[in-house]
Amino acid sequence: MTTLLPPKFGPYGGQFVPETLMPALIELEEAFVASRTDVEFQKEFNKLMASFVGRPTPLTYAKRLSEKLGGAQIYLKREDLAHTGAHKINNALGQALLVKRMGKGRIVAETGAGQHGVASATAAALLGLDCVVYMGSVDIARQEPNVFRMKLLGAEVRPVNSGTKTLKDAINEAIRDWVTNVRDTHYLLGSALGPHPYPTIVREFQSVIGTEAREQILMEVGRLPDTVVACVGGGSNAIGVFSGFVDDEHVELIGVEAGGSGIESGKHAARFGDPSKGRVGVIHGTRTYVLQDEDGQIAETHSVSAGLDYAAVGPEHALLRDTERAFYTSATDAEALDAFQMLCHTEGIIPALESSHAVAEVIKRAPTMRKDEIILVNLSGRGDKDLNTVIKEIGELEN
Amino acid sequence: MNRIENAFKNKPIFMPYFPLGYPDLDTSIDVIEALANSGADLIEVGLSFSDPLADGSVIQHATQVALEKGITVKKSLEAVRKLRQRGVDIPLVLMGYYNPMLAYGLEKFVRDAAEAGADGFIVPDLPMEEAEEFMSALSGATSVTRSAVEAQMDDSNRPSTSLRSAQDGGLPLIQMLAPTTPPERMERIARNAKGFIYLVSVTGITGERKAIAEGLSDLIANVRKHTDIPVCVGFGISTPEQAKEVGAMADGVIVGSACVNAIGGSEKPIETAKQFAAEFRSALNTSHD
Repeated sequence: MTTLLPPKFGPYGGQFVPETLMPALIELEEAFVASRTDVEFQKEFNKLMASFVGRPTPLTYAKRLSEKLGGAQIYLKREDLAHTGAHKINNALGQALLVKRMGKGRIVAETGAGQHGVASATAAALLGLDCVVYMGSVDIARQEPNVFRMKLLGAEVRPVNSGTKTLKDAINEAIRDWVTNVRDTHYLLGSALGPHPYPTIVREFQSVIGTEAREQILMEVGRLPDTVVACVGGGSNAIGVFSGFVDDEHVELIGVEAGGSGIESGKHAARFGDPSKGRVGVIHGTRTYVLQDEDGQIAETHSVSAGLDYAAVGPEHALLRDTERAFYTSATDAEALDAFQMLCHTEGIIPALESSHAVAEVIKRAPTMRKDEIILVNLSGRGDKDLNTVIKEIGELEN
Repeated sequence: MNRIENAFKNKPIFMPYFPLGYPDLDTSIDVIEALANSGADLIEVGLSFSDPLADGSVIQHATQVALEKGITVKKSLEAVRKLRQRGVDIPLVLMGYYNPMLAYGLEKFVRDAAEAGADGFIVPDLPMEEAEEFMSALSGATSVTRSAVEAQMDDSNRPSTSLRSAQDGGLPLIQMLAPTTPPERMERIARNAKGFIYLVSVTGITGERKAIAEGLSDLIANVRKHTDIPVCVGFGISTPEQAKEVGAMADGVIVGSACVNAIGGSEKPIETAKQFAAEFRSALNTSHD
């Protein structure tokens, strides 16, 4: 069988799913490919991006943060200002429109931090789809406001108590639901992960971030940034912003994984950062770098941010890393919490804990750069959802 | 004739699934031996994985317990070897997800599995599109197995188990078909399938169900248009009565969750395994009445 679009990114990606799902993946790919050249579809998508999501999101010059760090000039791509408070809505709306196109009436989604769940519930409400969101019970406890938001939006939130009770297990349950109800249900996968065509679809719907950011920085300063930084869980916000600059070879691309309690502690979600556990494998339908033990069992992960707390990384990032087109580093929980507070104090912006990992890298990197250099950081979401976690964590840090 | 072909001489056959390491390794070996000695014609020997996305709660739980008790791929293959040493001579087909096999090393995995006495593989997250790597590992391993076995032949006149499989062209990667598989795709998969076809009877995950899926006989008939190898039905078959009903249409009946549930919940797992296999076997004997 051949696919319409390339199913792999170098050796990564592919379609490692039960046979029951293969026809659904083929149908999804067909619908997606047809939508790319469908003027009406694109018009509707662009209209919703503007009138519902509020795009384009601004590019904000972080003047006080730049001065404080004393190096590169820092610009923030404000996905936190997109409707629902994160970049996730771009992909959720795009896929929900595909669902309508395929004539299905029900979506299932997984969520870690709750941002993708909220985005999916929002898209479902807007377009009149039934929506079930699977969420690990550990994540439900730490992202309570988002759970309430999803319910308000009419979604059913199903707690997942299997395995590690986090994002990985929520994906398992969403896939099980999908396998069972595949004829009328679409799996609205929220990151640049999973079997083909998901990584490509998610990148395309998130590429609006990079396209806008590129235009905006050119408009604002008349040149491209030296460095683009984004956090990487599955990697959808990163692949979205990177896509705008990947062909500009002199623009350095930096992805920031969750360093948790530190790589050496073993409690982290740094797939690239820990060669002892992060090896190429197959999980959730795709071949990529996966944190696993010697026997190929998927490892438990840890991050203060639920959205980065996942054992695998999107397959396109695996290729970008191998080809050294992008570089990947990590920020610990403590560094992310410091960055969170610094951005609050200097810029009046409360970032998501996920995005705070990207800011943490900026804090390390900007002082080593010249004042005429530019860092563009994708602020993928806002941090209101994280206040409970931050109150708890900062309290613990100060004691 | 290899073990799998041999097993299908008297159809329909009974094919229970049981994971190694559940409730503990020794018990699981005893259970599989008991199933084999009491009516099972082929056993799907489960390899555990932390994220079994095609499985329902019963098998999720069992494989999780097996992992907590320390099961590994290596220990699982040793257990297969032990079953052969104990004289179990029905086909043992290894069923497991792809990642632990990759982590073990694919070529080494299929070679060690063949040498331990396994007869084939079922990998639910490996559709046709991704099977090439596994296939080439199989063909590589077959030649290795052959030479290893030829060496053994010098010591003994009895052909070893691996030889019988290897002579017939290597161990099969069993292909799965689902109710959602469209006709053209079904043809393509069935045409190249070896061993037997694993027909998933429902759109869904493993687990017991109250009734047999509607349209199953049409589905089986469609598969048979494209292949002469046996067609076995799995997912959702829980009772001897259901097995009998499916056995009237299919060449083999796969029982997973119900088997794991009955034996796992039993105080005397070995006794339960014997009884379970005997009941299903005798129900299947009446399939064509």
